[in-house]
Amino acid sequence: MLRDAVRVLADERIAPRAAEVDRTSEFPQDIRALLASHDILGLPFPEAYGGLGVDLLTICLAIEQISRACATSGLILAVQALGSLPLMLAGTDEQRAQWFPSLASGERLIAFALTEAEAGSDASAIRTSAVRDGDDYVLSGAKRFISQGSVADLITVFAVTDPAASRSKRLSCFIVEVPADGFSVARVEHKMGIRGSPTAELVFDGVRVPAGNRVGAEGDGFDLAMRTFDRSRPGIAAQAVGIAQGALEVATAYARERKQFGQRIGDFQMIGAMLADMDAATEAARQLLYKACTEIEAGAPDASRWSAMCKLVAGDTAMRVTTDAVQVLGGYGYIDEFPVERMMRDAKITQLYEGTQQIQRLIIARDLLGKGS
Amino acid sequence: MRIVVLMKPVPDPASGGERLAPDSRLDRASVPAVVNGNDEYALEAALKLVEAHGGEVVLLSMAPANAPETMRKALAMGAATGVLVTDTALEGSCAVSTAKVLAAALKTLECDLVLAGVDTSDGVAGVVGPAVAALMGLPLLSYATNIEPDPSAGTVRVRRISPTGYDLLEAPMPALITCTQALGEPRYPSLKGIMGARNKEIVTRSLVDLGLDGATVGGAVTTTSILATTAPAVRGATRVIREAPAEAARQVVAYLAERKII
Repeated sequence: MLRDAVRVLADERIAPRAAEVDRTSEFPQDIRALLASHDILGLPFPEAYGGLGVDLLTICLAIEQISRACATSGLILAVQALGSLPLMLAGTDEQRAQWFPSLASGERLIAFALTEAEAGSDASAIRTSAVRDGDDYVLSGAKRFISQGSVADLITVFAVTDPAASRSKRLSCFIVEVPADGFSVARVEHKMGIRGSPTAELVFDGVRVPAGNRVGAEGDGFDLAMRTFDRSRPGIAAQAVGIAQGALEVATAYARERKQFGQRIGDFQMIGAMLADMDAATEAARQLLYKACTEIEAGAPDASRWSAMCKLVAGDTAMRVTTDAVQVLGGYGYIDEFPVERMMRDAKITQLYEGTQQIQRLIIARDLLGKGS
Repeated sequence: MRIVVLMKPVPDPASGGERLAPDSRLDRASVPAVVNGNDEYALEAALKLVEAHGGEVVLLSMAPANAPETMRKALAMGAATGVLVTDTALEGSCAVSTAKVLAAALKTLECDLVLAGVDTSDGVAGVVGPAVAALMGLPLLSYATNIEPDPSAGTVRVRRISPTGYDLLEAPMPALITCTQALGEPRYPSLKGIMGARNKEIVTRSLVDLGLDGATVGGAVTTTSILATTAPAVRGATRVIREAPAEAARQVVAYLAERKII
């Protein structure tokens, strides 16, 4: 019933806004408010803090249904979950009590700031530093490509606390409340897709953060980030499956109506075959996602493998299905009168963020062959 | 205030419409059931009233035994509890039986107002609400576009749609009000509401519980029978445009231009 409720909301209130959100590249505060008022942003948070305390699968079902209508809107829930995961995994009761209620209600948004201009796939190479000074840390550096970085009230920031330590012990994780002295948004990118989601460059110029805002112990940052991705990559897979499903539905409806050579084009074998492949691929990606969620939620030791696999398959599927959807619509697929060109532009990011497809493959291969690197 | 909302599970109109069983009666099992559209508007009106005046909303349904699934959706919107009258003897009931059964159930429930949708999407008879009012001796305020109770005075005012605008009616409570869509869009259930609905109580009553039997109500004594059915002529493929107005206008213009109509 939860999934159906989100689907109805997506179809009736979010879908009509999707084209406009893409065209104006404006963050849809109205949809954020809609998701908040329907408790959707509360899904990941424990009931004790005003959330719904649902499992990973349920969160992904919601992201999938919203993304069917609008990938930018689906991302709002996905990022709220992503940014909060370090606190879920390693936050103290005080930290959770301090921040979860306003995040669960959607009153505040949280973003996840790990990536830097020179540190994307190579996450451990980040250079933003956090230097201890009395009861505070002082953060200096810049983050790049931070989803919703310019609209968030809380930023989960990863910074180097021990430059001399080994690769996996250099980093720590902090919650930064913004606005803050020294914090600024340097730019918001113009992107191919998910245009309504502001992707920001964030500058930390001597930003003071109380030591109580550090999540986990010093040096835990890298490990925390990796454990976060195990639970957040399915969210991106869900977004990708949603985008693919949305594109499939548009292409199918078109193929039923469009007539050429005296018959509807869906009855031509080449179109029928394309649609069949699109449907099968989307369903396969969806089932892998659901299975991955169950495995990860159950604490499977190979959670990283499941997480990487579902994101890998779903992202590639979304790209392929949306490209084929444009193909089915022909010329009409190329113009913005139909949503498939937007869906194709939106799909591409699912192959890039939260770990590129190449990184996902590395993770899977490493799991297959045994750690040796 | 205690408000009872009459609620009927009907075949989902969005899922392709009703199917008929071999005996020409509605095959309720073949299509998923949803809350009757007009009943959702009635429920929304009831919820707004208890939000303003305090109290609770109780659902009342006469339906097959699997109705709780559909009633949960209405509970998720905010109704407090539900009462379901279900009995195999009631299969095939006509509107008269339905009204008798609902009236009997209502006699066991204290309330200030009874709200009902003007009609259902499957039967479209529109008589059950007024019949219940007649059987209970309640004032009937029909086709309401606006409901204003005055709990301290024990009265309620209703605007009733008329061809020229509206009539203003006033009656003592308890009263029965049939509700139009003009009362306002039903809310989407919040996810918390959906999860909370699982724990809300639905009380089941059989005919025996209400002191009725199959000799006076139900399929065996139906006052209507289906003589014949015909399906409407199949129309050509339709394209439904659901986009926002500016976008929709563009698509309609393109559609008409494509066909050289404009």
